[in-house]
Amino acid sequence: MSAPLKALSSVAWRRGWVGVMSLLALPAVWFGGLYLAAIGAMFVTSFWTVDDMSGALIPGFSLVNFKALLADPTYAHIAERTVFIAAAVTVTDVILAWPVAYAMVRLSGPRLRAGLMAAVLIPLWSSYLARVYAWRLILSHDGVLNWALAEVGLPGLHIGYSNWAMWIVFSYLWLPFMILPVAAAVERIPPSLLEASADLGEHGFATFRRVMLPMALPGMVAGAISTFSLTLGDYVTPMLVGGEGSDFIGNVVYANVGVTNDIPFAAAYAVLPLGVMAVFLLIARKMGAFDAL
Amino acid sequence: MRSKVIIWTVVAAIFGFLFTPVIIILVYAFSAAPIPAWPLHGFAVHWFADTWNDDEVRAALLLSVEVAVLATVMAILLGTLAALAVVKMRSASREVVSFIAVLPIALPGILTGMALASYFASWGMNLSYWTIVAGHATFCTVIVYNNVVARLRRMPRSLTEASADLGADAFRTFRLVQLPMMGSAIGAGALLAFALSFDEVIVTTFTAGAQNTLPLWIFGAIRLGQKLPEVNVVVFAIIIFTAVPVLLAQRLIGDSGRVAR
Repeated sequence: MSAPLKALSSVAWRRGWVGVMSLLALPAVWFGGLYLAAIGAMFVTSFWTVDDMSGALIPGFSLVNFKALLADPTYAHIAERTVFIAAAVTVTDVILAWPVAYAMVRLSGPRLRAGLMAAVLIPLWSSYLARVYAWRLILSHDGVLNWALAEVGLPGLHIGYSNWAMWIVFSYLWLPFMILPVAAAVERIPPSLLEASADLGEHGFATFRRVMLPMALPGMVAGAISTFSLTLGDYVTPMLVGGEGSDFIGNVVYANVGVTNDIPFAAAYAVLPLGVMAVFLLIARKMGAFDAL
Repeated sequence: MRSKVIIWTVVAAIFGFLFTPVIIILVYAFSAAPIPAWPLHGFAVHWFADTWNDDEVRAALLLSVEVAVLATVMAILLGTLAALAVVKMRSASREVVSFIAVLPIALPGILTGMALASYFASWGMNLSYWTIVAGHATFCTVIVYNNVVARLRRMPRSLTEASADLGADAFRTFRLVQLPMMGSAIGAGALLAFALSFDEVIVTTFTAGAQNTLPLWIFGAIRLGQKLPEVNVVVFAIIIFTAVPVLLAQRLIGDSGRVAR
C-alpha cells in the first residue's frame, strides 16, 4: 500500500467525516452533477421558450408555458385522470396485497414462504412491455377475455382501450411492489402482540384491524410510493391499452419532447407530478415509510 | 379453520391473476398465425428462427446487453461506495443522503426521463449511446445501494472496529472483512440492476437518440403493429432469461432479506 493511501486511511479512522467524505465523493459528484442537476435543469427549462422558426431553446424567464397549461382545460382533465387512476390503483393494490402478505408470513412455513416469494418476484421482474402487451391481447375485442366469457355463455365486455383497462393493467403491473413491503411489515410485527390481542378477547378481524393494520402502515405507505409513482410516471401503458382520449401527463410530456420538440412546455407540465410526489414523499417520510422501502 | 380456507382461496385467485397474462404471452410465441388471435390457430416454432435471424432484433439485443453491462458496472461502484458512506454517517445527515439516494426510483419515470432530456438539451448535447448508459446507471445505482445498505445494517459495527484494533487499515478491513460479508449483496444488486436496465423503456425513450434497445424495438413494433410474431418470441425469451438472475438474486440475499427494487 502506498504511503498517501495509508495516511488517508489513518486520518479517516481518527476523523470519521474524512472517511465518509472520501467514500461519498464519487457518488455525490454523479448524483449532484447528473441527477439532481437534471431535475434542476428541468425546473429552469420550464421557464424557457422555443423559437417557433428555428426550434431553438430561448433561455430566460417566462410564464408562457404555465399560462398555456392553465388556459386549456384539457391539461387539467389529463392531470386529474392521471392522479385519480394512480390513487385508485394504489387502493386496489393495498386490498389485493393484504391476503397474499398475510398468507405468506402468518400461514406458511419457511419453504412455502420462499416459494410464494419467488412467485411474486417472477411477474415483478418479467418484461414490463410483455405484460402490458399480454393485457392488450386479453382485453381486445376478439381477445382471451371475451373468448372465455363466450365459452361460458356470457356477453362480451368492451373494456379494451378504456380507463377501466388502464386501472386493471396498472393494478396488475404494480401489485408485487405492494405485496413485498406489506409482507416485510407484517413479518416485523411480534407474534406476541397478536397473541396478546387474542388473549384480551379480540378475534380475527378485530386483531387485524386494531393491531396489524396500524403496525403495517409504514409498509403500506412504502408500497404506495411505488404504485402511485409508477402509475403517475407512465405513458406506455396508456398508449398501449388506454386508446383514444385516455392520455396521461406522461403522454403529453412524451409527445412534446419526441414529436413537437417543445422541451420547455413538457418540462412545465412535468413540474406537476414533481410537486405531487414531493408532497407524497414528505408525508411518507413522516410516517416512517423510508425504513420500510 | 374456515377463515384460512377463504384466505387461501383468495390468495390462489390473486396468483392466478398474476400469472395468467405471463402464461398467455408465453403460449403466443408458438402461435402459427402472423397476427395475434385467440384461440391459437396452429402451432409453429419457425418464428424463433425468423426472430434470431432478424438483424434489427440482434442489433437491439446487443445494444441492450452492452448498456446493461456498463450501467451495472457503474452502479456497483457508485452504489457500494454510497452504501459504505451512509452506514458510517450520523442519523441526521444519513436521513438526508438516503432520501436523495432513492429519488431516481421513488420519482416517476417520466420525471427522470424528462429531467435528463432537458439537461442534455440545455448543454446542447446530442442523445447517444452514452446518454442511455448515463440514465440507466442512475437508477441502477439505487438498486445496488438498497441491497448493500440492507446488508451492512445487519452487520455489526464491532467487526470493523475489531479489525482496526488488530492493526488493519481501512483498505485491509474493506478487503478482508467488509467485502466478504457484503459480496453476495453486491452480486444480488448487480443482477437486479442488470435486469432492470435490460427491461427499462420509459426513461430510455427520453435518453436514446436513433438507437434502439430491445425494449424500444418491442415498443415500436407493438405500436406499429408490425412483426408481432417476432415480438412474441422476443418477450418469451426475455421472460425466461430474466427469471434466472432474479431467482439467483433471491438466493444470494437469503431468506431474511428481500429483493428490493
